[in-house]
Parts: sequence; structure tokens; C-alpha cells
Amino acid sequence: MTSGGNEITFANVTPIFPLACRKFRPVRGLRVSALSTSDPPPPTIVDAREPAGDARRRSWRHTLRRDWQLYSLALLPLLFFLVFRYLPMLGNVIAFRRFKPGGSVFGETWAGLRYFRLFFSDPTFWDVFGNTLFLGVLTLVFCFPLPIVLALLLNEVRARKLKRFVQSVSYLPHFLSIVIVAAIVMQLLSVDGTVNQLVRGLGGDAVPFLQRPEWFRTVYVSSEVWQTVGWGTILYLAALTTIDENLYEAARMDGASRWRQTWHVTLPGIRPTMVTLLILNIGSFLAVGFEKILLLYNPLTYPTADVISTYLFRIGFESSNFSYAAAIGLFEAVIGLTLVLSANAIARRTVGTSLW
Amino acid sequence: MVTATRGERAFRAVNAVFLTAVVFVTLYPFVTIVARSLSDESYLIAGKVNLVPRGFDLTAYKLVMSDSMFWTNYRNTVVYTVVATFIAIVLTTCYAYVLSKPRLRGRGALVGIAVFTMFFSGGLIPNYVLITSLGLKNSIWAVVLPNAINVFNLLVMKAFFESLPVELEEAAAVDGLSTYGTLLRIVLPLSKAVIATMVLFYAVSYWNSWFTAFLYMDRQELFPVTVYLRNLIAGATGAQGAGGVADADAVQAAATLQAVTIVLTTLPILAVYPFIQRYFVSGVMLGAVKG
Repeated sequence: MTSGGNEITFANVTPIFPLACRKFRPVRGLRVSALSTSDPPPPTIVDAREPAGDARRRSWRHTLRRDWQLYSLALLPLLFFLVFRYLPMLGNVIAFRRFKPGGSVFGETWAGLRYFRLFFSDPTFWDVFGNTLFLGVLTLVFCFPLPIVLALLLNEVRARKLKRFVQSVSYLPHFLSIVIVAAIVMQLLSVDGTVNQLVRGLGGDAVPFLQRPEWFRTVYVSSEVWQTVGWGTILYLAALTTIDENLYEAARMDGASRWRQTWHVTLPGIRPTMVTLLILNIGSFLAVGFEKILLLYNPLTYPTADVISTYLFRIGFESSNFSYAAAIGLFEAVIGLTLVLSANAIARRTVGTSLW
Repeated sequence: MVTATRGERAFRAVNAVFLTAVVFVTLYPFVTIVARSLSDESYLIAGKVNLVPRGFDLTAYKLVMSDSMFWTNYRNTVVYTVVATFIAIVLTTCYAYVLSKPRLRGRGALVGIAVFTMFFSGGLIPNYVLITSLGLKNSIWAVVLPNAINVFNLLVMKAFFESLPVELEEAAAVDGLSTYGTLLRIVLPLSKAVIATMVLFYAVSYWNSWFTAFLYMDRQELFPVTVYLRNLIAGATGAQGAGGVADADAVQAAATLQAVTIVLTTLPILAVYPFIQRYFVSGVMLGAVKG
């Protein structure tokens, strides 16, 4: 990619650079904050419609001449975002139009809010909406605090090898495909599987758990905990190492017990991490485990397992009602965005930590 | 004082027991699946297999491994993963490098374009319509292109590039290296560790993905192995849902086959896991530094 002239110059430079590189090889992650704060980005924002004074235009021409190579590197990624991220957002216009498979991408005729009215008056929609909230809250209640508890307990382990072993093992499920997780769940819960062996051992009758609506939430949340709890500790463990030892020392001098040390020193120390992860969790609240539910549910468990995204999936691909499904999807996405923004705003006001 | 230490000791003991339980619960499913895959079907049906294989039997392994579709799909997974990871790394590196230049005009907007997509997306249906009308259905590109840049990974790389000393690149510029030259000859050689981490992040996510292929591919010979497994378990639940006595045998046969397929698809991940795990952890930390 370099021009011939640069090649020659570079040849002269090479003896120096390996040395320089070795000397400057950064300790990963450590210098980040120092450097990025020292040089804040220019406040200007690209916008063609900006009132463009002459000076401004000239400076843009200058910028382009100086940085065109940098901008050219951004072209393909921008094309990606445009086509695969922003075009689908525009594609949501079919939620307001009547779409026929094989017809125009943006639908045939204007339908206005017809599809939105349709699902607001659709009792199934409100059922799946309720299920989504229920599963979302359950997931949040278990999958958010448990990694904190596990991280605190791991933090108390003095034997480093043991600690590392427990960590390595607990991260493992995170690396499995959701299909494998679902398959494992099915095997464990099958009539001859481990769980039913236990049930029989305790004198009960085998339960076909995956066909019982009343069991679906338990199955879903416990498999979610199994897969995510270990991985979730990483950030907390990192935050725990940054807490100043002197704070514990001072707390001990004041006669604080271990519990009070945890409560008054450790938890405040990891609060920013907790808040950040909580906001992110809330943002993905409505998108609860679409793929896993799709793999684990069946018509028998729809009463508790069917959520907005799976309902939308069936409307779209089994009933081929794209416009209706797109309307539901748009509703879900807007709610999701609203949730993130409000959680972020609340967090900034109350605890002073936020994503941006 | 004595009570405090006793409490301490009690806590340590409880903690050790608890963490052992965590390890056991995490590993148990793996062990039992392996045991089931190696067991004779009659023991499975009787519900007698948990930690140790009973009636050691490799028939199911032979059956799955002699299915040419299984290997076709396995090969597809490898091909998709390699191609997709390559494209993703190139695009992510380029964009992250651009975003890491604080002096660049319009950088804020370029960051915003990427970050906004983390919190708002077009949704399933518009994406499907897009892929279909681009004519990507039943091609590798339907799996590879739509997720070519993961914004989280992008921010991790950006954070890394920002941590490189500015002087290095300034020196390179003074010596007449173009931007491309600086990136290729100065920055990338210094970024091997972070690129390795990114390769792993992307490769694992593509290796594990199934839904895009499930959605955009209709032909069996194009499926990745995850969809192969999905169809196996979906077939099994269908049979269980029917609940007929007649197909109880079919369900049981499927159970052993499922266990075998689970083992064979998980094996590569388990094999490389001990070596790659720490790179993942460092990658997550790096991302967290910037929030």
C-alpha cells in the first residue's frame, strides 16, 4: 500500500524502529487513560449541512488533503454500518406500509399506524409482553447480583492456584454455542436425564420439564446463570484489585468487622462497575435470550416461554406477516433504547456514574 | 479475638465448599454428556447414566462420524469462521485506527455512528428483507457480512491504539511514511497481542453462531455444524412433543446421537480453551478501561 518513495525512506528508518518499538512496547491498558485525556478530540462534527463559512470550507479542504488516507480507511467500515446497520433501521418503514414478499422492499401501500393498532389490540401480544417482562426481571434479579457474590467470594480465596482454577472453570460455559447449551439442557432434563434421576431418587415421578410451562422460567434462568455467572465476575474481580488496601486498614483500625468492611469499603469500590453493567443489562432487558428461547420452547410451553422476539419471529416467518412483525420489532427497539437512555440518566443523577 | 478467627475459619471452610460446588455444577453437565455419549442405549433409557459411562458403546460415534453431512457442515463452520474472522479483523482494525486519532476532524461523528448501533438496531424483519433483496440468501456472505464489525471489539481496539505512544507515529510521519505505511509497518507489528485477542473474540462468536445460518440458508449442505445440531435437537423435541409410545425408541436413539454430536462440536473449543482463555480475559479488561 505504500508508495515507492516511502519504501526507500523506510529502508533508512528500519534500523532505528525495532529499538524504538521495543522501548515503547506499552503495558497493555495502563497508558490508556493518561493519553486519551491529554488530547481531547476536536469538538467539530462532520455535517455537510452546517453553515459553511469560507474559512471553514478551506480548513476542510486542508483537512482532507492532510488526512485523506485516514478517511479512506474508514470507507469500507462506514459502508458496512450504512448497509447492514442503518439501512435496516430505515427498512422499519415497512412497519407503516403493507409489505408483500417479493414486492417492493419498502412495501406497497401506506398503512399508517394500522399494524401498531393491530398489536396493541392483540391479546397474544400482551401475553408475550408480560412474559418478556417476567423473564427479563427474573434474569436481572439472578444474573446481575450472582456474579458480584461469586467475585466477592473468589476475592477471599488466598490460594492463588485454587482461585485461578475456579475462575477458569467458571468461565468455560461462556464459550459454548447457545445451541450446545440448549442441547445440554435437553439432555439433563430429559426423562432419563440427571435431574429426573434425582427426582426419582427422592421418590417422585419423572417430570418432562421442557413440556411444562410452569417449569420453563426456572429452566431458562438457571441455564442462564450456569452460562454467565463465571464470566460475569471478570470485571468485578478487576475492580476489586483496584481498591486501596489502606481503606481496609483504616476500617480495621476503626473496629469494622469483615462484614462491615465488605459493606463500607468493597461494595462502594466496585460501584461504578456495578452501575455500568446494570445499565447495560437493563438495555438488553427486552431482548431476553431470543435464541435460547427459540431453541428451548415448544407450543406446550408458549404460555410462559413465548416472548416478544419469538412471537415476532413466528409472525414474520411462519405467518409471513412482515409488516406486523416489523411493527412489533420497532416497538421493542424503541422501548429498549428508551430503557438504556433512562437508566443512564438516572444513574448519572443518583450515583454519578454513567455510560456517557 | 478468638471468636473472630473462629468466624474467619468457618467462613473459609464454607467458602471452599461453596466454590467446590460451583466447580462441580459447572463441570457436571460436560461429564454427564460425555458419559451418555459413550453409554449403551439401554442404560440411558433406564436412567442409569450420570458420571460414568455404562455399557461402553461406540456405535453412536461411528454413526455420527459416518454421516457425510456432519463433516460437510463441520467444514462449513471452519470456512465461515475463517473468512468471517478475516473480514472482521480487517474492517475493525481500519476503523479502530481511524477512531484512535484524536486530531482527526469528524472523529466524534464517526464514533457516534458506531456506538449508536449498540443501542438501537433495525430488527429482525428489516434485516431479513435486506439480506434477501441483496441476493445474499444461501451464500456465505449472509453469514459473514452482517456482523463484520462488533462495536465492543471496535472500542477495545480503539482503546489499544490510543494507548500507543504518539511519538512513534510522529517519528514515522517525519521519516516520510504514509498513513498506510505507518499502520502496516509501525502500528500493526506493535498490536499483535490485541489482534490475536480480537481474532479469538470474532472466531469464537462465528464458530458458535447458528441463527444467521438458520435464517438465511435453506440448503442442508450449506449449514454450519451448529445448525446440524439444532436440527437434531429440534427433531428430538418434536418427537417428544408428540409423546407417542411408538417413537420412544427413536427419541432414545436421538438422545445418544445428540450426546455424541454435542461432544464432537464442543471438543475443539474445549481443546483450545486452556490456551486462549487468558487472552479473552485481557481483552475484556482492555475494553473495560475505556468503559
